[in-house]
Amino acid sequence: MTGLRYVYAVCRPFGAALQAQLTGVAGDPPRVLHHHDLVAVVSHVPEADFSEEALRAHLEDLDWLASTARAHQQVIDALTAVTTPLPLRLATVFRDDSGVRVMMEEREDYFRRTLDRLEGRVEWGVKVYVESDPEQGALAERPAGKPASGRDYLRRRSMRSRAHEDMWQRAEEFATRLHRTLSERAEDTRLHAPQNTALSGAAGRNVLNAAYLVGRDVSEEFVEMVDRTKDEAPGIRVELTGPWAAYSFAGEESREGNAGESRPRDTGAGEAS
Amino acid sequence: MTTPGRLPEPYGQGQGANLADILERVLDKGVVIAGDIRINLLDIELLTIKLRLVVASVDKAKEMGIDWWESDPALSSNARHKELARENAELRARLAELEPGRAPEESP
Repeated sequence: MTGLRYVYAVCRPFGAALQAQLTGVAGDPPRVLHHHDLVAVVSHVPEADFSEEALRAHLEDLDWLASTARAHQQVIDALTAVTTPLPLRLATVFRDDSGVRVMMEEREDYFRRTLDRLEGRVEWGVKVYVESDPEQGALAERPAGKPASGRDYLRRRSMRSRAHEDMWQRAEEFATRLHRTLSERAEDTRLHAPQNTALSGAAGRNVLNAAYLVGRDVSEEFVEMVDRTKDEAPGIRVELTGPWAAYSFAGEESREGNAGESRPRDTGAGEAS
Repeated sequence: MTTPGRLPEPYGQGQGANLADILERVLDKGVVIAGDIRINLLDIELLTIKLRLVVASVDKAKEMGIDWWESDPALSSNARHKELARENAELRARLAELEPGRAPEESP
């Protein structure tokens, strides 16, 4: 019983060894599977946890999902340090090595094209938060004491909502300007949906959640650019994450259609259940 | 063979990374490939997982900062509802302040 094969990424062969201590999903160290001029990074996972049914159940268990996602990301992260991986989504599982090889054979051209497109590039994540609750800021400004009259109350209320709007407008302008500046240094950009961080305990409200595809050789410069903006605007916080493998830019083909996206659908539909 | 260029130190990753950031990428992005035992996280399935996660453990998810459904208009019909509720609560508080004799709960 050797278990199933979990595939993390497809890469060009790389000379450097992965960290000795690196463990993958389910604690098995990842290894490299060669196919022509590509390699798949795989590890063994127990069928009991990764068969279709078990996996479906597991994916709804947030603790399991969290630790699996971290393990997956850790392997991708280690690969990013030594090469340009093409990261696969969580839980791409095959019966055995030959299943992985068949998949690679079928998609060889797509992998090569995409790897060429991403070669030498990494992804940086930039988030902008409005740090202080705008309403609290406005509250602090308001004169002490209770409103003297209904009219006074309405006046204060409209002042408050104006301050609120000003804050959002400033934040929006800041985010737009930052995004424009960073885009000039990036080869590609993606805007993700804002994360609602009020619930995660992180201060402030996420107003920009962007990903930038940046060459390794200009990454240092890019990071400095982000750093420089950090004290620019009071009440606005800029957060940088990365370098990530180019997750946000990996899934798409260039203009001439998305063969890479549609083909697996067909493959999936054609298989017996 | 690739010789990586010099990269700055990782920011906000490793053990401390925001789980929402990781899932955003690992679950939502990356390349979609059907595994040969038909385990594939195609878009429609991802949506199902998201929704079920919400139903299964909303508090836990919130603790961890996972809340796509709230920022995702496709999933969140109560984003606006929440905003109204918040404003309502705020107005009630104001009312209580203005009319100290009357508790906000007493109003119909």
